[in-house]
Amino acid sequence: MSAVIEEHDLATIREQAAQRFHQLGWPTPEMEEWRFTNVAPIERVEWKTDGDARPPAKFGVVSLRTRALAELVFINGRLADTSGGGAGVEILPIREAAAHPAFERHYARYADYQHHAFTALNTANAQDGALIVAAEGAKPEGFIHLLFIGVGDGIWSHPRNLIVAGRNAQITVVETFVGQGNYFTNAVTEIVAGEGAVVDHCKIERESVDAFHVGTVQIHQERASNVVARSIATGGALVRNEVNVALSGEGANLTLDGLFVLGDRQHVDNHTVIDHVRPHCDSLELYKGILDGRSRGIFDGLIIVRPDAQKTNSRQVNRNLLLSETAIIDSKPTLEIHNDDVKCSHGSTIGQLDQDSMFYLRARGLGEAEARNLLIYAFASEIVERVKVEPVKEQLRALVAPNGGAR
Amino acid sequence: MLEIKNLHAGIDGKEILHGVNLRVGTGEVHAIMGPNGSGKSTLANVLAGRPRYGVTAGSVTYAGRDLLTMPPEERAREGVFLAMQYPVEIPGVNNVYFLKAALNAIRKHHGEEELDAMEFLQLAREKMKLVDLDESFMNRGVNEGFSGGEKKRNEIFQMAVLDPKLAILDETDSGLDIDALRIVANGVNTLRSERHSVLVITHYQRLLKYLIPDFVHVLAEGRIVKSGRKELAEELEQKGYEWIEQEVAPVR
Repeated sequence: MSAVIEEHDLATIREQAAQRFHQLGWPTPEMEEWRFTNVAPIERVEWKTDGDARPPAKFGVVSLRTRALAELVFINGRLADTSGGGAGVEILPIREAAAHPAFERHYARYADYQHHAFTALNTANAQDGALIVAAEGAKPEGFIHLLFIGVGDGIWSHPRNLIVAGRNAQITVVETFVGQGNYFTNAVTEIVAGEGAVVDHCKIERESVDAFHVGTVQIHQERASNVVARSIATGGALVRNEVNVALSGEGANLTLDGLFVLGDRQHVDNHTVIDHVRPHCDSLELYKGILDGRSRGIFDGLIIVRPDAQKTNSRQVNRNLLLSETAIIDSKPTLEIHNDDVKCSHGSTIGQLDQDSMFYLRARGLGEAEARNLLIYAFASEIVERVKVEPVKEQLRALVAPNGGAR
Repeated sequence: MLEIKNLHAGIDGKEILHGVNLRVGTGEVHAIMGPNGSGKSTLANVLAGRPRYGVTAGSVTYAGRDLLTMPPEERAREGVFLAMQYPVEIPGVNNVYFLKAALNAIRKHHGEEELDAMEFLQLAREKMKLVDLDESFMNRGVNEGFSGGEKKRNEIFQMAVLDPKLAILDETDSGLDIDALRIVANGVNTLRSERHSVLVITHYQRLLKYLIPDFVHVLAEGRIVKSGRKELAEELEQKGYEWIEQEVAPVR
């Protein structure tokens, strides 16, 4: 991070971030990073914060309270409920955690509010979120669930999380975003995987069809750490999902899985950067898109291999299934290699439902809709079935193929 | 059971069948033989309702109903089964899930109660023995990573589970070694009864050694040019298809 903050004081950081947002302004499609996504519809609204809203009862089904090690529920960015806990892991509302050593050491050190407008906006306005710290060697059983519910029109929220896995710790965190209305979620999660740590992070963006969502998951990996980051998107009218990873220690291992399932006029922009800073790191990225209606999906993935990152092993794949004539996918896998001693590959495919498979299923008695659902699910299953958290996998199966596509 | 009258059909607008006539009675096994390009697979696909295959003239009546107006799934639910020449691999669709869904779709169509997972597994295990498929196949994707022979055995296994009234075997014997051939024939023979009719489409006579047909027809250039009893298959094996082609040449 270029701007070193002498005093790691939250008020100072917020003020700096607010200034930076003022200087940077809202991104425009003239900027290469934003060429596929125009955020003018977000800029246009006079957003307000709100803390009194109660969540509609229907979101009860999204809660994983009974099956998670711990669950924190936020409504419009404010903590509404907290339950559970586990040995070796601290789970705190982040607004009460500014004095925590992990906060002082890591908060806002990785997500770049100097150059990224939405991160600056989040950093300046963050209300609450979770600080999760797994102690050295801690291996808490089960997963931690962070549930963010947006409610109402014209309301914005800026959830901010920091997940720190100490040396050789193992931790699984699931973030779910849901809601109702024309609200705007601007989320940032920073993840620090210490030496030898194992982190499984899953973000499920299933916002209201009228909502805007911009989110960044910023991951910092130290030596021999192992991170699986999953980014699933099925909701929202206008969505930007960023995952940025710095492989900053030798022998670190990253799996980046993505799945976006879109219909109607949804617009979801997936933007990923994997930065191979140190040698002997592996990264494996697979994003799959399923697009129906007049939806538009974007995969814009960059892999950077720095001069020092010898023996890098990197694979980037984006596969897309178009279900209608009017859906659009922009796929831009990019490699930027500054070193000869690497193994890198990338590619992308765009296809339609296989007609021979459709016929095969129908010729055995399955109706057209059921056959279609089954094949759509089959396409998504590679990502869904890799999810290790069983209740999340169950939810995803139902989300991806609501009418019996699941196994 | 099945009555095909003056069927003209083809693929993507190109006519391949030029007036096929065939009657298959309930409980009968018919073999359709013929050289490559004679229209055997077109006939099988037209009967199963595969998209891109179009009928330009003629009729097909199945169990008293017009087969050609039914969508593929309805044909299947009414008891028509096509064992495909090239079964597709569908990774991500679980074999068990798929076959249970298919069986239950058929049962529902007939107003029968759907089988639950346990009942289905019991049935599947029983039928799997028929075709000598290992249970581990059940938990893989449909045909995913199966060898050619395993795919064909899976077709026969599906047939045994779905228990069709009319089974059409489209070159199920091609690419099979002798053991697999026996297994396939055995699977079909088990199904054989007064209720079931079978249409075996093949290039070679060898399957018919194990699966003895009641009637044999020769399809050449889009027409059935000769019909007979099982001896016709042996004659074809000895003399080759040129013999038939010469014999029917004046008709063309």
